[in-house]
Amino acid sequence: METLEPILAEHPFFRELARPDLHLLVGCASNVVFEAGTTIFREGEDADSFYLIRQGKVALEAESPERHSVIVQTLGKGEVLGWSWLVPPYHWCFDAKAVDLTRAIALNGKCLREKCDENPRLGYELLKGFARIMAERLQAARMQMLDIYGTNT
Amino acid sequence: MEQIPERQQMLGRANPMLPMICGIERVKRETHDTFTFELTPPCDYSFAPGQFNMLYVFGVGEVAISVSGDPSKKEALVHTIRAVGSVTKAICKLKGGGSVGVRGAFGSDWQIDKAVGKDVVLVAGGIGLAPLRPVIYHILANRAEFGRVSVLYGTRTTGDLVFRREIEQWRGRFDLDFEVTVDTASADWRGDVGFVTTLIRKASFDPLETVAMLCGPEIMMRFSIAELKKLGLTSEQIFVSMERNMKCAVGFCGHCQFGPAFVCRDGPVFRLDHLEPLFGKHEI
Repeated sequence: METLEPILAEHPFFRELARPDLHLLVGCASNVVFEAGTTIFREGEDADSFYLIRQGKVALEAESPERHSVIVQTLGKGEVLGWSWLVPPYHWCFDAKAVDLTRAIALNGKCLREKCDENPRLGYELLKGFARIMAERLQAARMQMLDIYGTNT
Repeated sequence: MEQIPERQQMLGRANPMLPMICGIERVKRETHDTFTFELTPPCDYSFAPGQFNMLYVFGVGEVAISVSGDPSKKEALVHTIRAVGSVTKAICKLKGGGSVGVRGAFGSDWQIDKAVGKDVVLVAGGIGLAPLRPVIYHILANRAEFGRVSVLYGTRTTGDLVFRREIEQWRGRFDLDFEVTVDTASADWRGDVGFVTTLIRKASFDPLETVAMLCGPEIMMRFSIAELKKLGLTSEQIFVSMERNMKCAVGFCGHCQFGPAFVCRDGPVFRLDHLEPLFGKHEI
């Protein structure tokens, strides 16, 4: 039977993960498709999965002080959506909406956490991957906050 | 009466400190604080992409502004100016039919010839797209000479995008990858949101055969350089346009000194390896 393992192996996030580790993860993976305009998750909801985007674009939205939705980041092909499944209390911090038709692999967070508890080496590898993403996004968010193109720079 | 401009032009050429008076043909509002001015160029004027002019508002002062127009179109001298200081604010109040003093062109250029036969990545932040626009014009006019071409442009918001109509045209081309990202956007924006470095990761180019040209705030260029190097580019493949307080524009006054270099005379465009030890240093 064909599994999602080859697709997981191709995604940049898992490219350096050893085959046996991928084999362990594939049981937590499923194919998902979101039509343009679909809300994938909302702030405050249970963060029970993360997504490896294969095609399309997803916007992360937050509420501005004026109570309008503003896009704080977009993610596309080859990128990872969501790390709240990893950090208690496992609630999403933003709304996520598909901007275009989006195809992704969803990985179940609860399933992954159990596998990581059973196999700390796998857990460490995953954590390293997510730590890199979190650091990159924190740095990008700081740059966006700084208003570097503004009149006072 | 016509003899006066001619005489001025002769003197202007002999003396780089003497501005020539140029009429403002047209003014186009790009954003709430940025305007594109089309001037009647001085006689026999030419520039290379990346070079700048000193624009003089009489009674107010002078400011260094890169040329943002098409280098092959000799009939118009184009500058895109953001109203941030006293001189630029005064320029941006001028209308068609007015005039400014012009000295130039000064400084180094992007050395586009070094990119012939290679992939090209242009990274622009904010008004930094203006000094790179002549490069885009040149590449598109000589498209067969270059490999894949990516223009990666970041601004604060969608309202800060300059050259909006042209960007739409460029994004419609099959031989140019023009990507735009903004720091923040309302929920109806369908483009990218994020720091400009995220576009570098997605661009298609052969790191061994690529020339990158960067123009924007220094902090943006620093992070972009780090990203380009992560992907395999060397300092010899990266060109940056520096901004300093330029006064004389010919390396006399020292206002724009950057270590051993004068940005007005040795720059504004530098190959990164010529500048790297000083780049990002707080003391410089």
